[in-house]
Amino acid sequence: MIAAQDRKLALWNIGVAYIAFLIGTLCGLLQVFIRNDALQLPSWLDYYQILTAHGVLLALIYTAFFIFAFFITGMSKSIGSFGPKVRLFSWIGFAVTTAGTVLATIMIVSGEASVLYTFYAPLKASGWYYVALALYVVGTWITSFALVGHYIVWKKKNKGQLSPLFAFMTITTIALWIIAGLGVVATVLFQYIPWAFGMVDTINVELSRSLFWYFGHPLVYFWLLPAYMAWYVVVPKLLGAKVFSDSLARLSFVLFILFSIPVGFHHQLTEPGISNFWKFLQVCLTFMVIIPSLMTAFSMFATFEIAGRKKGGKGLFGWFTKLPWKDVRFTSIFIAMAFFIPGGAGGIINASFQLNEVVHNTLWIVGHFHITVGTPVAMTFMGLTFWMIPYLTGRKFTKSMQKLGFIQVITWAIGMLLMSTSQHILGLLGAPRRTAYSGYNNHPSALEWFDGILTNHVTMAIGGSILFLSAMILIYIVVMSMFISPKAVREEDFVEFPMAESDKENTPKWLENWWIWIGIAFVLIIIAYAIPLSGMIHHAPPGSEGFRTW
Amino acid sequence: MHFHKYEKIWLTFGMASLVLFLSIVGVSAFSQDHTPAGGMTTIDPKKVNETAPFDKPGVTQLDDDTYQVAIVALAFGYTAPELKVPAGKEIIFKLTSTDVVHSFTIDNTKVNMMVVPGRITTKSYTFDKPGKYLILCNEYCGAGHHMMFTEIEVY
Repeated sequence: MIAAQDRKLALWNIGVAYIAFLIGTLCGLLQVFIRNDALQLPSWLDYYQILTAHGVLLALIYTAFFIFAFFITGMSKSIGSFGPKVRLFSWIGFAVTTAGTVLATIMIVSGEASVLYTFYAPLKASGWYYVALALYVVGTWITSFALVGHYIVWKKKNKGQLSPLFAFMTITTIALWIIAGLGVVATVLFQYIPWAFGMVDTINVELSRSLFWYFGHPLVYFWLLPAYMAWYVVVPKLLGAKVFSDSLARLSFVLFILFSIPVGFHHQLTEPGISNFWKFLQVCLTFMVIIPSLMTAFSMFATFEIAGRKKGGKGLFGWFTKLPWKDVRFTSIFIAMAFFIPGGAGGIINASFQLNEVVHNTLWIVGHFHITVGTPVAMTFMGLTFWMIPYLTGRKFTKSMQKLGFIQVITWAIGMLLMSTSQHILGLLGAPRRTAYSGYNNHPSALEWFDGILTNHVTMAIGGSILFLSAMILIYIVVMSMFISPKAVREEDFVEFPMAESDKENTPKWLENWWIWIGIAFVLIIIAYAIPLSGMIHHAPPGSEGFRTW
Repeated sequence: MHFHKYEKIWLTFGMASLVLFLSIVGVSAFSQDHTPAGGMTTIDPKKVNETAPFDKPGVTQLDDDTYQVAIVALAFGYTAPELKVPAGKEIIFKLTSTDVVHSFTIDNTKVNMMVVPGRITTKSYTFDKPGKYLILCNEYCGAGHHMMFTEIEVY
């Protein structure tokens, strides 16, 4: 077990994560019923407030707090207990991030910030909403730097050695997060805050959008990489195997630093102000990220096959039946991976330049992120939650909790399959995203969208309800393993952190030379962004005043 | 660094498909002009109503085979008189906004344009089939976002 103080830190992070999860999923449930016209909100609350809260609390808050809990636990386990300074800064980071979260939530609930989590200018929320966002990012940076400090201490004590795989991957994800955050911090600090507090009258809209997406795309890799860490490091241990290849695991992670940032324009393919050349260049860079994803897929299935054959699996696919399906820690993550196959393929479609016009801002996109961040990432986090909280609290992960865990992940999978399939099809038919209930005055085209067996509002509402039920089961499991489940006394009752061994004898040292990777990342960012962004600044139209259209 | 033989095959196959995909997308975009909506022209968002072509929004015939449609998007609608365009002719849509970001999206077509204040978005499209098409805003623009729509008639 790791040091008590590190456990406390991780548990507080998990606690905030699941409070956000509870409120966020409740908002999701309300949304499907409002879209169904089956629910009227009280006059002080509207659909877009709930939508903003759903996006912010699940995509930004649940993910970030959970990710840091995972990092803190894994770093303490793989490279040792935190020193007093690392601990102090981790707490400061936690406090600042939480303060930002609370402030943002207050602004959203009071109707001061119905601007959704993308907060596109010139929609103008209360200045405090942007302050809250800045606090959130800076808070995560403080925790990030604390973890980097912990890593540096280890490196100094172990000169010339490669760090353990978990620590390496944590630092990679943090490097990505800090470089990505520069964009959103720049726009919030230098554009939104002066404008929202009235220090300047207007804002450069296209620049703010581009800086947001400079951050917005690597944001999704900030969610995904911790899930990949679980796939690379936790899953092999559950199978009784080693990491398939230490060097390839590290190589795929550094490739993510390079190719997840200079690609934000693929979210802006149908807008003016960016020429086709730069859009297409970033489309090409976006596609490079497929390479480390294919490497990851290969490693996973190689690990499965090796482990399955060791357990006596015969024939071409016999190994598949030998996988530990009765272990909810494994099955949850396996389902998560399975969802990522259509999820990743959908992502390729979205980023395919002119093809984007077919799906841009339709419900297809909503379906897409519910089978990427909403299942592969979220369900991996659920699979980690099952053992991580008992590991940190020293309680048992009882048989009944394991059964509930199965019910939870299976209901989540069914609910998501119904809801996201419906959303994908509706999107292809043309139904837009981010709208409250609307039949466009009973326009025949709109009535047609919702006429199918899979595409009617009822299917989506059933999917959403099953998902909410699943979320509540998870909350129950979280509360039980935090406070109520019996304490482990006998040695076999203690829950372990499954961390697979990784042979690093053949791993080249240059893979851990951060200057190379961060250097190349910045070169690529400059190539992809310097000219179009400076064009937006030098050839800017007169700026926009703020509007409050809600 | 050691790559397993199967992994080499897998990655070679993956990267080859990647090159193939990107080539198809690139050739279609740049040699056949299948590029998404866009444009580099700027406009003062406060002077839209005095700036051509938005001072006279609506359909204008440019020549025998080309029509221009200028439309201003604003919360929560589109200022354009009756929109009627012929099938089989090139229609050039020009859009801008006087307030927040909107979209101009014609159902059942590939016209899906972001409309950004200070910028003019352009998209050229040829309708195959006559009929009435639903136009809607698919970028969140405020409390009435889901009420922002209109219609175009193709004859």
